[in-house]
Amino acid sequence: MNRGMGWSLIRFWTFLVYIFMFLPVAVVVLLSFNASEFGAFPMSGLSFRWFVELARNEAILRAFQTSMILGALTALISTTIGVLASLALIRYKVPGQNLISTILIAPILVPEVVLAVALLLFLNALSINKSFALLLAGHVIFTLPFVILVVQARLVSIRRDVEEAAMSLGASPIQTFFSITLPLLLPAVLAGGLFAFTISFDDITGTLFWKPGGVETVPTQIFAMLRNSISPEINALGTVMIALTVGLPLLGLAIARRMSANSGG
Amino acid sequence: MGVEAREARQPWILLSPALVAITLLLFVPLGFILVYSFWLRTATGADVAGFHLDNWAEALTDRFYRDILLNTLKIAAITTVVCAVAGYPAAYFIARSNRNKGFLLLLLMLPFWVSYIIRTMSWINILGVSGALNSLLLWMGLIDEPLAMLYNEATVILGLVHFLMPFMILNVFVSVDGIDQNLESAANSLGATRVQTFISVTLPLSLPGLAAGGLLCFVLAAGTYITPLVLGGPRDAMFANLVFEAIITQLNWPLGSALSLMLLAVLGALVLVYNHFLGMAQLMKGMG
Repeated sequence: MNRGMGWSLIRFWTFLVYIFMFLPVAVVVLLSFNASEFGAFPMSGLSFRWFVELARNEAILRAFQTSMILGALTALISTTIGVLASLALIRYKVPGQNLISTILIAPILVPEVVLAVALLLFLNALSINKSFALLLAGHVIFTLPFVILVVQARLVSIRRDVEEAAMSLGASPIQTFFSITLPLLLPAVLAGGLFAFTISFDDITGTLFWKPGGVETVPTQIFAMLRNSISPEINALGTVMIALTVGLPLLGLAIARRMSANSGG
Repeated sequence: MGVEAREARQPWILLSPALVAITLLLFVPLGFILVYSFWLRTATGADVAGFHLDNWAEALTDRFYRDILLNTLKIAAITTVVCAVAGYPAAYFIARSNRNKGFLLLLLMLPFWVSYIIRTMSWINILGVSGALNSLLLWMGLIDEPLAMLYNEATVILGLVHFLMPFMILNVFVSVDGIDQNLESAANSLGATRVQTFISVTLPLSLPGLAAGGLLCFVLAAGTYITPLVLGGPRDAMFANLVFEAIITQLNWPLGSALSLMLLAVLGALVLVYNHFLGMAQLMKGMG
């Protein structure tokens, strides 16, 4: 199809936009392998020394551990609550569905700073101080809408007649759920869980309000390190995070494809 | 209890954990800070309960807060316009490209997975005194001294555009992708030029996506406080920085409550206007 000059221009523009989105991130990865003492150009050779330094840095390792535990717990709670709510919205006719949907995504519509302030001050009034529990509650509440959106989108495509067949063959609702519905749901559950994990792992805005003194997650640790200057170590940490947060979802995507291919969907 | 009654109760059992969590951890706290914003924080750090308008008077009349609020809205507006103007052609290209659509979409999703703080600080590697651009210019002999390009309002906007561009492109893409291409062919066969077809058919039909992307960009940009801290100078504070200062640094929680609610009111009004004209469904499409 001949689409002319205009089309070529648009294609070139799109190319530039993608360069704009990816180049700075690529530079982070490139510089993390920089052998020189300073995290800057010109590069003096390739080296893994900053990754080794990273593995020896106690503060970063602690932050990593905190982020992993926080992300995993957030994903677990958020996905459980979110899948239940999504099931209700997709499988049942609920009166006031629009209002309920709006309430469920309200945490995204409220600016995160406001959400952070409100939760911090309210729980403080209930004598729940800055703590891991507050951090977890905050992360659950703002990942929940994303989980519900993702899971709902996947649920729509799951056919209901298989469940009905199981029920009509004498399976109880609970048997049906665990042997039919849950396996079919699994890709949606995994997708929601991964999404919640990455959002939690990445969060800094709310986390800075909620975290107790001395506790750092990976993003707040990077933020604190930036106060001094940008070091090759930060770039190395960035590369590890990119590998983790890009690699995990891609892996999840591949697994989900695999599973839906196996189940003949 | 009859089968029907149980059927009717089931969805509420499934929904209740989510609804209870959001009520207890979002709506009740928001109500709480509304009440709290009328309290007073004394110099000794004690709260005085009651109905005092002092915090609101300070938040609404102090020039300092007003100027920063206006500046924050200005930065958010510029960011949104740049995202729209730069992102629209890219979204259009993705929607209309036949072969690489899936690949381009996957690439577009990748930045969502790369940490926000990493993407923001990555610009220091590019624009810093010993960053890529200065090194390049020095090497080419165009400059003798590194230029100070970082830590101003322009780099704050740059960081925000970089962060929010995928949101805009994705929303416009969903809209353009949903347009029946027969409409464009029909306009063409009736003698409209490509430009005429775009202006009178494609662009109007893609406005809902553009509006959804615009709303997301504006609200997220106006609520940010990390980007100005990382890429801005000392004078580039945005409104959310004031909230953080009041709450975390000064520990003046009643004032911080009033400032938070001010931000919520301004951005909430925007969401309501959007909801009135376009409804929330469009916003869901882009995010799902």
